[in-house]
Amino acid sequence: MTEEYIIDIQHLSKSFGGVKVLDDINFYVRSGEFITLLGPSGCGKTTLLRQIAGFVVPDEGRIMLEGKDISGIPPHKRPLNTVFQRYALFPHLDVFDNVAFGLKLQKLPAKEIESRVKKMLKMVSMTDYEDRSVDSLSGGQQQRVAIARALVNYPKVLLLDEPLAALDLKMRKDMQLELKEIHRKMGITFIYVTHDQEEALTLSDTIVVMNEGRIQQIGTPTDIYNEPVNSFVADFIGESTILNGTMICDRKVEFMGHEFECVDEGFGQNVPVDVVVRPEDVCISSSMEGAQFSGVVESCIFKGVHYEMFVDTDNGYELMVQDYDSFEPGTKVGLRINPDDIQVMRKERTCNTIEAEVEDGEHVSMLGCSWECRVPEGFQEGDKVLAEVAFDKVDLLDNQEDGKLGGEVHFLLYKGDHYHLTILTDDGDHLWVDTDDIWDKGDLVGIDILPEDIKIVRRNG
Amino acid sequence: MKKALAKCYIWLLLAMLYAPLLFIAVYSFTESRVMGSWTGFSVKLYQNLFTGNVSGGAALLSAVENTLLIALIAAAFSTVLGTVAAIGIFNLKERSRRAMQFLNNIPMINPDIITGVSLFLLFVFLRFSQGYVTVVLAHITFCTPYVVLSVMPKLSQMNPNIYEAALDLGATPGQALRKVLIPELRPGMISGFMMAFTMSLDDFAVTFFTRGTVGLDTLSTYIYADARKGGLTPELRPLMTLIFLLVLVLLVIINLRGSRAKNATE
Amino acid sequence: MVKRSTWSIPYLIFMLVFVVLPLLLIVLYAFQDGSGRFTLSNITHFFSDSDSLSTFAVSIEVAIENTLICILLGYPAAWILANRKYNKSAVTVVLFIMPMWINALMRTLATAELFNMLGIALGKGTLLFGMVYDFLPFMIYPIYNTLRKMDQSYAEAAEDLGAAPWTVFWKITVPLSIPGVMSGILMVFMPTVSTFAISEFLTNNKIKLFGTIIQENINSSMWNYGAALAFIMLVIIGITTLFQGSEQTEAEGGVI
Repeated sequence: MTEEYIIDIQHLSKSFGGVKVLDDINFYVRSGEFITLLGPSGCGKTTLLRQIAGFVVPDEGRIMLEGKDISGIPPHKRPLNTVFQRYALFPHLDVFDNVAFGLKLQKLPAKEIESRVKKMLKMVSMTDYEDRSVDSLSGGQQQRVAIARALVNYPKVLLLDEPLAALDLKMRKDMQLELKEIHRKMGITFIYVTHDQEEALTLSDTIVVMNEGRIQQIGTPTDIYNEPVNSFVADFIGESTILNGTMICDRKVEFMGHEFECVDEGFGQNVPVDVVVRPEDVCISSSMEGAQFSGVVESCIFKGVHYEMFVDTDNGYELMVQDYDSFEPGTKVGLRINPDDIQVMRKERTCNTIEAEVEDGEHVSMLGCSWECRVPEGFQEGDKVLAEVAFDKVDLLDNQEDGKLGGEVHFLLYKGDHYHLTILTDDGDHLWVDTDDIWDKGDLVGIDILPEDIKIVRRNG
Repeated sequence: MKKALAKCYIWLLLAMLYAPLLFIAVYSFTESRVMGSWTGFSVKLYQNLFTGNVSGGAALLSAVENTLLIALIAAAFSTVLGTVAAIGIFNLKERSRRAMQFLNNIPMINPDIITGVSLFLLFVFLRFSQGYVTVVLAHITFCTPYVVLSVMPKLSQMNPNIYEAALDLGATPGQALRKVLIPELRPGMISGFMMAFTMSLDDFAVTFFTRGTVGLDTLSTYIYADARKGGLTPELRPLMTLIFLLVLVLLVIINLRGSRAKNATE
Repeated sequence: MVKRSTWSIPYLIFMLVFVVLPLLLIVLYAFQDGSGRFTLSNITHFFSDSDSLSTFAVSIEVAIENTLICILLGYPAAWILANRKYNKSAVTVVLFIMPMWINALMRTLATAELFNMLGIALGKGTLLFGMVYDFLPFMIYPIYNTLRKMDQSYAEAAEDLGAAPWTVFWKITVPLSIPGVMSGILMVFMPTVSTFAISEFLTNNKIKLFGTIIQENINSSMWNYGAALAFIMLVIIGITTLFQGSEQTEAEGGVI
């Protein structure tokens, strides 16, 4: 089986200075595939690519290339080539010598070098630039030279580290098409790193969505878009509204105060879930005929092809809707969502569960400090327990100093009627908070929890 | 108006800085023993300088030779040591890097006399007989920091991926160093070499303390001794004038090349 | 990654031998008598010897005056040179640095001769003039560098907020250029205290600076006392750099 996988990543982990950048990464790449590592900055995707290239040595795990472990092989002996983020062309060499660099190191005959370089420059449409200094090239041209420089060595796999990030939008779109074309012509496996979800959807055969050093989902672009496995993926890929819901029974889900038919099964009865609604999947009309619920248009912005509207629904939720027709703000509209456009996802967690230790009858220590709370009968000092705190019972304060401990808003998700925040505490723990207040990513906050909101339970096992 | 005033000020300062140099240049064209008394135009001093018929004998010429040779050796050694050091320091972890940079700053912050006295004590302590070698070692000591300082910015300006790109394309670490890193650092190494060369040429105090008693003279110590004996060797005047002209020409060339390179890239 | 960090080791060893050890030797010799026994007498001798003390006081005084004059003359010059409106080419900057390529002693001697010719008696005034003349480029260059690198948008923002040009200069330009001034002071103050040949030539040996007495002691084989004097200077350098170190870390990089 492994034969058809050109690259097989097994249990890869890496920490920098005690911070886990990659945590047990597993995936494989099929020969000839265009695979994209997609995630926000700092998710570990570049580190993963650099490990494949050989610039970073993994702490644990193996990187198999055609069935052989290459984790211990230095970069210059790996049959892989990289297109770097800012091209990394050698400024003291001209275009020809840049492209010929790898071939000259292989001590190939001058004739062969020349013909291969010329062929490759032709493929990236840089034929007349051989003698130009690389400083005199535009970003797009440098990009082409960088691609040629890597591909001229016929690598088994081409690694691309956000190669288009430095280009402007128009140029980026053109280069995307060209990359796709080059990939098709050369038949070489591409591993592509980007934070741009649109780029990933356009280019890839397979997308690996990453966040915080872990793989969130692997799938084709359509899989990832239509069936995100969790709220992170749903939020990161495309536009969406993510709402709290309850799976009433198979094929019936409740959210925004209404019951909807859906196509999902097997969640059980009355299970809390996350529901994803893509804005283009909400049908909007001025009549109530056939509508499942109603709302009032709050804002309407022209987006080129469609209009983007925010609608206040009858039960006080805010829903993003895209439609080719525009509806004036203030218009009462009827809304419906078809069963197969409702994506139901299991909740990753329903409350904060924090590892804690009992100090005495009224205190536990957790998150690096001591908290007052009611410790129930039957627990003794030193008992390892879990503290459960509901999402909406964590208080966020404007000043870090005012809280019991400080933290930073790490990730935020609008859930139709409130925000669901991920807070990274100063000690590196995560807390999840529901709040009506508006915070921004990166805001520093103080964190407090009232004694009565901390519920102590036993740890399993 | 403001602009004229500003220009005026700059030129006034320059005039002040250049007055003594001009003074030397003017009096290089007369035969009088002391500057300030004009005994008619003559190029005799220049002739003496070139024919070696100098009143101080061979001492002046050998001092010039020593100065140049010491500067050349010291600058060359400093450039190699400093470049290797800069690459090493650049790759150190934050804390050790700071420590190294602090150490590197010491010879630059220390006044010449401290460097001179401390090295004098070192050679005395190690019972190392002082002469040519000690002077060169001392010059390397105070020159290398300038090389490190001029190579470091090149390292941090460099696209960090360039070195990796070379490895990625199949270069061994040694090849990557030779074919990519060194060419990238070359401008910094050259300016470091130039700085080291100039610092060495101009040094007086450190040489003074480390040259021992073997009668080794550089231009600086020669001039110092000469002046203490009373009256400068007149041939120093044409020598200084020529050095000044040489520096002037060199700087003009460097600046022209620099601005041309700039134009070419723009 | 390839461990290039080990490349710093040769230089580390070199510096330990030729920079750190020699400085420790200054301390060692400063606290020893001629036969190698520990003593404080070198230090106490300095503080009880009125000649040494007055030389020290004069040196500090000259150094302060020189530094102040260099700032007063050099700051406007650096400002003009860094201002793109007044100075478009780098050539003028090079002109300021160029005299440094000519042997300092020779320049100093020529200055002294020039004073002689003009009939100006050698003394404190000529000493200061010569010092300013020698050290002014060292003040101008670091200030010029910080001013040149300064982000123009700060000044524009201040102007946009209603500050008059003069206010912009005092409230924005000057505070932001302090690191340059600091590094200029570092380049001027201690070297002034420690010069020896220059003061001899410019005052006909009338005024001795601290450097001169260090040199005299070392040359007449009074190594321990010479080392003690050097040690005192080291202490002052240590204090001034520590004092400045907190405010500037990078600025010294801009020398020459």
